[in-house]
Parts: sequence; structure tokens; C-alpha cells
Amino acid sequence: MIVAEQKPIAEIQTLIGDAKRVLVVGCGTCVTVCFAGGEKEAGILGSLLRMSSQMDGNAKDVSEVTVQRQCEWEYLDVIKDKVADANVVLSLGCGIGVQALAERYPNALVVPGLNTTFMGMLQEQGVWVERCAACGNCMLGLTGGICPIARCSKQLLNGPCGGSSKGKCEINSETDCAWQLIYDKLKAQNRLHLLMEINPPKDWRTSRDGGPRKIVREDLRLPAAEKA
Amino acid sequence: MSENNGFKSGSNLEKVLRAGHFAVTAELGPPKNADAETIRKKAAILKGYADAANITDNQTAIVRMSSIGAGALAVQAGLEPVVQMTCRDRNRLAMQSDLLGAYALGVRNVLCLSGDHQTFGNHPQAKNVHDIDSMQLVQMVVGLRDKNSFQCGEEIKGVNPRFFVGAVENPFGDPFDFRPYRLGKKAKAGADFVQTQLIYNVPRFREFMRRVVDLGVHEQVKILAGVGPLKTAGAAKYMRDQVAGMDVPDEVVNRMEAAGKGIEDKKEKAAAAREEGIKVCVELIEQMREIPGVAGVHIMAIEWEEAIPIITERAGLLPRPVVA
Ligand code: SF4
Ligand code: SF4
Repeated sequence: MIVAEQKPIAEIQTLIGDAKRVLVVGCGTCVTVCFAGGEKEAGILGSLLRMSSQMDGNAKDVSEVTVQRQCEWEYLDVIKDKVADANVVLSLGCGIGVQALAERYPNALVVPGLNTTFMGMLQEQGVWVERCAACGNCMLGLTGGICPIARCSKQLLNGPCGGSSKGKCEINSETDCAWQLIYDKLKAQNRLHLLMEINPPKDWRTSRDGGPRKIVREDLRLPAAEKA
Repeated sequence: MSENNGFKSGSNLEKVLRAGHFAVTAELGPPKNADAETIRKKAAILKGYADAANITDNQTAIVRMSSIGAGALAVQAGLEPVVQMTCRDRNRLAMQSDLLGAYALGVRNVLCLSGDHQTFGNHPQAKNVHDIDSMQLVQMVVGLRDKNSFQCGEEIKGVNPRFFVGAVENPFGDPFDFRPYRLGKKAKAGADFVQTQLIYNVPRFREFMRRVVDLGVHEQVKILAGVGPLKTAGAAKYMRDQVAGMDVPDEVVNRMEAAGKGIEDKKEKAAAAREEGIKVCVELIEQMREIPGVAGVHIMAIEWEEAIPIITERAGLLPRPVVA
């Protein structure tokens, strides 16, 4: 899933500025699961903004709504009137949700309430970790299911580097060395031969380096007539 | 190839190693400014005491004069450089164009490494590159020379850069069992020589080399053992406790601590520690010479180039051979 965390309140207040009517839009998918922008967080942030604006003697009209998925048009249509009513829409979706809202409602001023951080998972309660960098050409089949692009600090394809020490990465003692994990996994699977081969340079065209990406599935597209 | 008399690059380091001499490389750290004089001074100190000197590439991710710029100055000063190149700061385009430039400026040895992570340096906010890794960099530099082609496969028309290609390996990095194989991979990638991380734990290095020799890797690539004089007990402790992938036994730290004990005068105390550091380094070199598969030493006297003439002299490594 996409993992995000809330921006500092001061930054959010600056983004809102002196807008009178604020609509906080939560999202019911990834950011709900990572406790950053779901219904609960939208409610808490909404009251906080309300209260602080009252204390500042400049009471704002803050309301909250949470959609099931902010990154899909159909879920955004239901909040049409609320958006039209607001001076500022504070999205608690990930960066995709913010952009979907902004694109769907070109006249609305949409600002982000979260920092979208990575694609990852919950490791233990309160701890999320990065797992994939969407390189566009998955090589997990060669690396025992452990991603060197997202999890090695240097994105090495032929690790580990000389800084790997006692299972940890050279950047700090809290970060696991991805290549130690890969080694351990392949060893346990009796597949160490995979590490004896030199992985060739990666073709980064499938990654962000190739420009913004897009997938077109002709088999799924609607005929031109139906689209209209 | 005729212009090189059968040598891959014709560098002095290649010739010395090919002739079977026990090679000596040193290190020259470029300044954190644009002063050419610093390079000339350091080169003058090292000249004649090492077969070639590594010029570091933004070591520990701190901005310094470029290794190629400093390397070209070393060439002018008559000291053969080993230009270091990390994968941290450039992509494959920049690397190859820099390599063309370096060769045109007279550089003949290149050392390929991944590079310390930028969080350690003075621009931790920087974006890192790592388009290719050190293994792939070795392949690329070898390809420029042996395949006469760029990494993309396109032919190099005209003069192609013919470097003597180096790599690094840390015998003390984890997983220990994999390190000899990783060295083997670097040989397979085409590395001509390898310099190791600083060695202070000799038994562990001996075990590493035993495995390397068992695999026959020492026959495919020349291995230079990394050694270096410690300046202070504090430096020894720092390396032991703070540097990932370093193995400094307590015994070495104790020796450095004992050296200055009882001396009141600060200057004398520091001098005693430095003397002990040099002594330890000379002893290490003597031990390295006895280890099967070791073809030379890489002496890292960081910001202490003056130590090299003393160490090489005491270790009986002088005069340096002149190979035609
Ligand atoms: S290899 Fe690429 S696609 Fe696969 S997990 Fe890593 S970044 Fe994601
Ligand atoms: S220590 Fe491991 S994870 Fe960290 S950069 Fe080196 S190989 Fe990658």
C-alpha cells in the first residue's frame, strides 16, 4: 500500500491561509490503513483546525468528508457540492488523491495535508517500511523476494557493498542490509548460484527515468463511440 | 594494441604487477578547494615511493577537487594516478565522458567503487545516482578498452580509453562467507587489480585470502592488501567502533594507547603515537608479504602523505622497480 504521514500542523495552516470555508477530505483506502488520512484522522484534524481558528479569533467553517478512494473519479463525484462550497479543499489522500481531486475539480483550490512517503507495509504496530520503488521491471525472482532497488541504500544489483556490517546497512544501524537479507534467503533456499552471476546494468526506462509512465491496455479500452 | 607492447594499458602499475614485483600504491587526497599547488606538493612527497597513487573521488561524500582534475595534475607532476570513480555522483553517460577525458589527460588507471553514502558527507541533502553499481562499472571500463565500445554497445570510433582497471573489496564486510566469491565476481567482471579495505585483523584476512586462493581468484586478479598508519589512539577507536565494515582488534587500539602513555609534552605524546602507528603499519606490510595470493600493498595514509616514504623505506620496499 501507499504509506503517508501527516504534514506538521503549522504547514497545513499556512497552506490553508485565510480561507474561510475549509473542506477536509479523507480517503478510505491506503492512508486509512496507515492512520494518516482516514475518516478518523480527518475528524481530528478538522476539529483541531476549527478550534485553533476560533482561538485565533478568526473562526473558520471546517467540515470533513471521507471518500472510499480519492484516486478514482467515481468516488469523487459524490462530494461535488461540498467541494463547490469550500474555499480550500485539504486533501488527506496520498499525492495521487490530491491530484485526482484537483483534476476533477479544476476550479477548486486543493492542497495536500499529507506527505506521501513510500510504497510499503506495516512491519509491526506503529512501524511501516518501504518495499517497492515501482521500477517497472521486477527482479524479485532473482533476489529471493527482497527488493534491492527499494531496500538497498545504493540500489546495488550486485551487492553487498563493503559497508554491510552485522546485517545492517552502512547508513545506520537501524536499517537492514538488503543484500545480507538476499544472501541469507538464497542460501536457505539453496539458490546461492544466483548470486554468482553478475546482474547487468538495469534499463531504467521502465522506471521514473523514462519519463511519466502510462499503461494502455487495448484489450480493456472502450470503443471510441462508447467513450463519448 | 601494439602501441602498448602487449600491455592492456601500459600503466606503470600494470607493468610492475605484470613483472611480478610486490606493488605499492599510496593515496593522495585532493583538497577541499581549487588549489593545484596542494596536489603538486603531495605528488612530490609520494613520487618514487609508490608505483601509483589513488586519487580519491569525493571521499566520504565530501566535496573535493575532482579525482580526474587532481589526477591530471599528478600526471603533470610525474606521479602516476589511480583515478577513483564512484557510482554515487554520476550516471553512465557522465562516467563514460569523464573516462574519455581522463584518458585524454594521461590517466591510465581507474578504480571503480560504489562510493560512501551521501548521508556521511557535507551534502546529505543530495540525490544519489547509482545508475550502475561498481561491478557494472568495472565491466563498462573494461568494455571501453577490450570491446572498443560504449556501455550501450555503440562502437568507439577513434582512440578508445585503455585503462588498467581496479576494484575494491572489503574482506571484513558481511557476509564474510560471500566476500571471496564477490571478489571472484569482480575478477569475472574483468578487474585487473583489487585493493582491499584497511586490514588490521590479520588472522581474519589470512582466512579470507585462503578462501580466495582456493577459488583461484588470485590468478585472475592482482590483489593489493590495504594497510595504513594510525595517527592517534582516538582514530583507532573511532575506526573500531564507528566505521561500518572495519575490523580493528583491541590489541591494535591498546598499542596505540600505550604509545603515548606517561609522556607529558603534547607534541611528544602525539609524535610517539604516530611512531607507533607507523610501526604497526610496517609490521602489517611484512605480514602481508607472507600471505599467499597478495601481490602488493595499498598504503592509505590519509592526509599524512609524509608517512609513505618512511613506511616504504622501513618495510624494505625501496627502491621502487622501474619496468620498461
Ligand atoms: S524490483 Fe522493482 S518492481 Fe520489484 S519490488 Fe523492486 S522496485 Fe518494485
Ligand atoms: S550496506 Fe547493504 S543495503 Fe546498505 S548500501 Fe551496502 S549493500 Fe546496500
